[in-house]
Amino acid sequence: MIDKRVTSCAAAVADIKDGDTVMIGGFGEAGSPIELIHALIDHGAKNLTVVNNNTGSGRVGLAALIENGQVAKMICSYPRTANSLVFPELYRSGKIELELVPQGTLAERIRAGGAGVPAFYTKTSVGTPLAEGKEQRNFDGEDYVMERGLKADFALIKAKQADRYGNLTFNKTARNFAPIMAMAANKTLVQSNEMVELGDIEPENVVTPGIFVNSIVEVQSPQQESKLVKEGVVYP
Amino acid sequence: MNNVAHENEQIGWSREEMAQRCAQDIEDGSYVNLGIGIPEKVAQYVPEGREVIYHTENGLLGMGNAPTDEELDPDLINAGKKPVTAVPGASYFHHGDSFAMIRGNHIDVCVLGAMQVSEKGDLANWSTGAPDAIPAVGGAMDLVAGVKTIYIITQHTTKTGAAKILPECSFPLTGRGVVNRIYSDLCVIDVTVSGLKLIELAPSVSFDYVQERTDVVLTNASNMSV
Repeated sequence: MIDKRVTSCAAAVADIKDGDTVMIGGFGEAGSPIELIHALIDHGAKNLTVVNNNTGSGRVGLAALIENGQVAKMICSYPRTANSLVFPELYRSGKIELELVPQGTLAERIRAGGAGVPAFYTKTSVGTPLAEGKEQRNFDGEDYVMERGLKADFALIKAKQADRYGNLTFNKTARNFAPIMAMAANKTLVQSNEMVELGDIEPENVVTPGIFVNSIVEVQSPQQESKLVKEGVVYP
Repeated sequence: MNNVAHENEQIGWSREEMAQRCAQDIEDGSYVNLGIGIPEKVAQYVPEGREVIYHTENGLLGMGNAPTDEELDPDLINAGKKPVTAVPGASYFHHGDSFAMIRGNHIDVCVLGAMQVSEKGDLANWSTGAPDAIPAVGGAMDLVAGVKTIYIITQHTTKTGAAKILPECSFPLTGRGVVNRIYSDLCVIDVTVSGLKLIELAPSVSFDYVQERTDVVLTNASNMSV
């Protein structure tokens, strides 16, 4: 029998090890799996490389994971936002490494990683500082930069609905990086607002097929990052 | 040049008028991505009778207006992380597909802001290169590399009156030779193979007035007298 459900966020993240690469879904707070991130803080794995579009907000979720000293390196496209309290200071004092990647290149690197493609060429960043040191090639009269596919040990993502096979749907723009991160990670851990029976999600409407998912925990009423930030909540 | 204060002097177009002028050039049926800031205002001014579909790179085609309190959903935001709505006929997709739309030349027009633009159409709009700055690029490099037409809306000079339209950008580039047209508070300029061509002046702005505030020799292709 295939049953990917686990009973708690703590159980879902239990196998994450020091030094692992962890992709975390979300674009700002939309799609951020905040309960899984908090479980990873409780778990304590250190020296992580984290892949996310941003670096979190306030002192909860991803920002709290960084503040807790668990992240050695961020791979992201936009490491500052209106409520970035944690990352800028650590970066300026040299306590965290940053690999800055254009957002579309980041997305394609993740998709390539998940599809077994080790590298690809893109026009994005040609002639800019972000192309420095990368192989370049001309195709049909245009310059391209080679970018590497990106894989991870774990992905932490948030879904709207999940069944026990791991088939997923998402809510609106909270989908963002989740489906491609699910493909690029060795183990994909999902927090889902709702667990449903097999067949409840029409096969035509499955966004992420269960083959890309390893563990699912139901979190019925997830916390809202912006609300926590507004209230000045600090995790843990 | 140091005393240029457009807003005080009421010379040239306001931010709204720049957005309005740009909107005239967005054709019916276009798929359009609008950058953060003044470019966002373009959506308010697309002439009636034209149907335009707005793309936001975080996974929505068919972005609508800001939501009412009842409509507000923190899972429905734009690339600037502000709450938005989805119009009837909208679609959601993941980041890989969203940037395939951009990189794959499927988006017709992108409107962005600028720190500097060169006479060859190089754009700098993500970093001043200051050593203590936190570098952040977002989707700007992908947009300029992949979208068919790149429009820039920008004040013609910096707040201190320095030229933003230059022979070469001194700030790190977002893309090389990517800009098609510039809408400033003073004029509209096309980037062409034979250099920068001024095609329209804002009311009561002269060609010489613009040229004095531009570090590149402009061709006057407007109908206005010098």
